[in-house]
Amino acid sequence: MSSNEQYSGNALLELRDVHVAYPARRRGGSVARAVDGVQLILQPGEIVALVGESGCGKTTLARAILGLQQLSQGTIQFDGESIPTDAAGKKLFRRQVQIVFQDPTASLNPRQSVYEIVAEGLRIHGNSENEHKIVSAALERCGLHPADRYMLRYPHELSGGQRQRVVIAGAMVLEPRLLIADEPVSSLDASVRGEILKLLQDLARDKNMAVLVVTHDLGLPWNIADRIAVMYLGRIVEIGTTEDVLARPKHPYTRALLSVVHEHLQLEQQILKGDTPDPTSIARGCRFNPRCPMVQSGEAERLGILQKCLNDDPVLPNKQNNDHVAACHALNF
Amino acid sequence: MSIEAVQVSPRQMTWLRRRRALLRVWRELRHDRSGFTGLLLLVFFGVVAAAAPLIADRSELLAAAGRNNPDLAAPSAKFLLGTDDIGRSVLSQLVWGSRVSLFIGLLATVVAVVIGSTVGLISGYVKGRVGSLLLAIDDFFLVVPFLPLAIVLAVILGRSPVTLALVIGFTSWAGSARLVRAQVLSLSERGYVERARALGANSRHVILRHVLPGVAPLIIANATLIVPGAILTESTLSFLGFGDRLSPSWGKLLDGAQSSGSITLNAWWYYLPPGICIITVVLAFTLFGRALERIFDPRLAGR
Repeated sequence: MSSNEQYSGNALLELRDVHVAYPARRRGGSVARAVDGVQLILQPGEIVALVGESGCGKTTLARAILGLQQLSQGTIQFDGESIPTDAAGKKLFRRQVQIVFQDPTASLNPRQSVYEIVAEGLRIHGNSENEHKIVSAALERCGLHPADRYMLRYPHELSGGQRQRVVIAGAMVLEPRLLIADEPVSSLDASVRGEILKLLQDLARDKNMAVLVVTHDLGLPWNIADRIAVMYLGRIVEIGTTEDVLARPKHPYTRALLSVVHEHLQLEQQILKGDTPDPTSIARGCRFNPRCPMVQSGEAERLGILQKCLNDDPVLPNKQNNDHVAACHALNF
Repeated sequence: MSIEAVQVSPRQMTWLRRRRALLRVWRELRHDRSGFTGLLLLVFFGVVAAAAPLIADRSELLAAAGRNNPDLAAPSAKFLLGTDDIGRSVLSQLVWGSRVSLFIGLLATVVAVVIGSTVGLISGYVKGRVGSLLLAIDDFFLVVPFLPLAIVLAVILGRSPVTLALVIGFTSWAGSARLVRAQVLSLSERGYVERARALGANSRHVILRHVLPGVAPLIIANATLIVPGAILTESTLSFLGFGDRLSPSWGKLLDGAQSSGSITLNAWWYYLPPGICIITVVLAFTLFGRALERIFDPRLAGR
C-alpha cells in the first residue's frame, strides 16, 4: 500500500479494493460479484484501456467510477477525494467526469437538435453565457465543421460516426478531467473507428484529460492507449504499458486473448475451453483456473504450482505506475 | 441550408422546430382521409356549439316555450326537426345540447388526462413504495364497475354539468395512467436519459426535457380517445335520469324521447337526431384520435 500512498498525491483517479456485488435475484440464489477487488490508478492525461470479455464487470466498474453504481466495498478517490454523495457535490463531480456510451444513436434524444444536445450539459450546470460559442467550438473541435451546418440537424440526419462525435462534443463542453468511453467505437463502421479513436487521443492530449476506454477488443488499444488493464471476472489480472502487455503478455488469459487477435505475435492459437465465467460462482483459488490453459495442459502441475492455483487467490503485485504486472502463480515461481 | 437560417438564436431555433413539427402533423393529417374527416366533423360541431345563440334563442328551451306549439309535431318549415312532447323545438334543444355534451366531454377529458398523466408519470418514474401504491390505486379504478360508481358519485355530488364532468373524469383516468406509465418506463431507460444523468441532470431536468416531450404526443392522442367515452357516459347518465335536469344535453333529449313514448308514437324526429349526433361526434373524435395516434406513435407508422 505504501507505494500507492505516494501516488495518491497526484493521481487523478484511484480505485482501492473496489467491490460491487449485485444481490441474488431469487431467495437462496448467489450474489453476483461483478467487480471483485479492483485496484487502479489513473494519472491526469493518460489513456488507459480496460479490456475484458463481456460479463467481466468492466461496464459495472465504469458505472461505479461515475457514481452511478454503489460500491459494496472499497473506495474510489477522484482528485484525492472520495466521490461526493450530496447533491451539490455530485453535480460538481459530474462536470469533471464524463462518459461516452457505446451506442451513439441511443444516447441522443431523437427530438433534440444537435445544438440542444451539445448545449444540454451547459444548461444543466447553468452556464449559459457564450453558449453558442462554446457549442460551436466543441462541435468544430470534434470534427464537425463548419459547426453551423450541423447545429440544426437532428440525430437521424447524421451518420453513426457523426453521432458519436456529437456525443463526445456534448461531453467536452463541460471540460471534463476524466472521460470514460464505454466501447466507444464497437457500434461504428470499421472505417470511422480509427477517426473516433484519434479524436479521443487528440482531446486527451490537448486538454490534459484522462481517458478510460472500456473495450472487449484487444486490437483497439494498440492505437491510442498508454496502458492496458486486462480484466477477468471482476478483477484486473494484468496491467502494464500497452507495449509491454501486447508484446509480452504475462497472464495466460491475456496470452489466450492475444493469440486470436494478433497473428504476428506467433503465439499458438488458444481457444479457451471450459465454462464461460459466471460472477455468481467464482472459482476457489485462482479465478481463472477452470479455463486456464496451463492448468489444463498439465504445465501447472509440472511447475509444481497446481495446488496454489486451485487454492490460493493470486494477488496483483503492488506496482509502480508503469510496471507490468500480472496476477498469476506461474510468474512468482 | 441558407446562411440566414444559421444565424438564429437557440430560442428561435426551438420555435422553428415546433413549427416544423406542427406542420408535419398537419401534412400527415391532411393525407389521412378518416382522420381528416373526423377533424372536419369536429369543426362542424364546434362551430354549431359556439354559434348556438345565433341559431336558436335560449328561451326556447324553457318548458313554457312550447305552450302555444303543437306537441310532437312532425318536421315542418317552422320546426325543422319537429317538436317534443311539450311542444318545444327539437332543433333548438339539439343545438344547445351540443354545447352541454361537448363541454362535459371535454372537461371530463381534461380531468381524466390530468389525473391519469400525473399518476402514470409518477408511478412510472418513481420506483419503490410510492410507485406501487399508485399502481394499486390505478388497478382499483381499472377494475371497479364504472357506471355504478359514476351514478353514486353523481347522486352524492349533485348534478350540475361541472360536477358531472368531474365525476366522469374521475372515473375514467385509469386507462391513460397505464398507457403513460408504460411509455415513461420505456423512456426512462433510454440511453439519452442515462447520458443526461451522467451530465449531472436531476430528475426535474430529465422529466421536463426528455420524459414529458416523449409522452406528450401519446397523451394528446389518448385524450382525443377519452372524449367520446366521456360523451357517451354523460348521455348514459342523463338517459338514466342522473343528469342535470336543467341543461339540455343530448342524453337528456333521448331520455325525454324515451319517457314520452316517442318510439311507439313513431316520432322519429325526437329520438333519431340526438342519437345520430352522439354517434357522429363519438365517431369523429375516434377517427381523429386514431389518426393522431398513428402520426405520433412511430410504432404505428406505416400501418
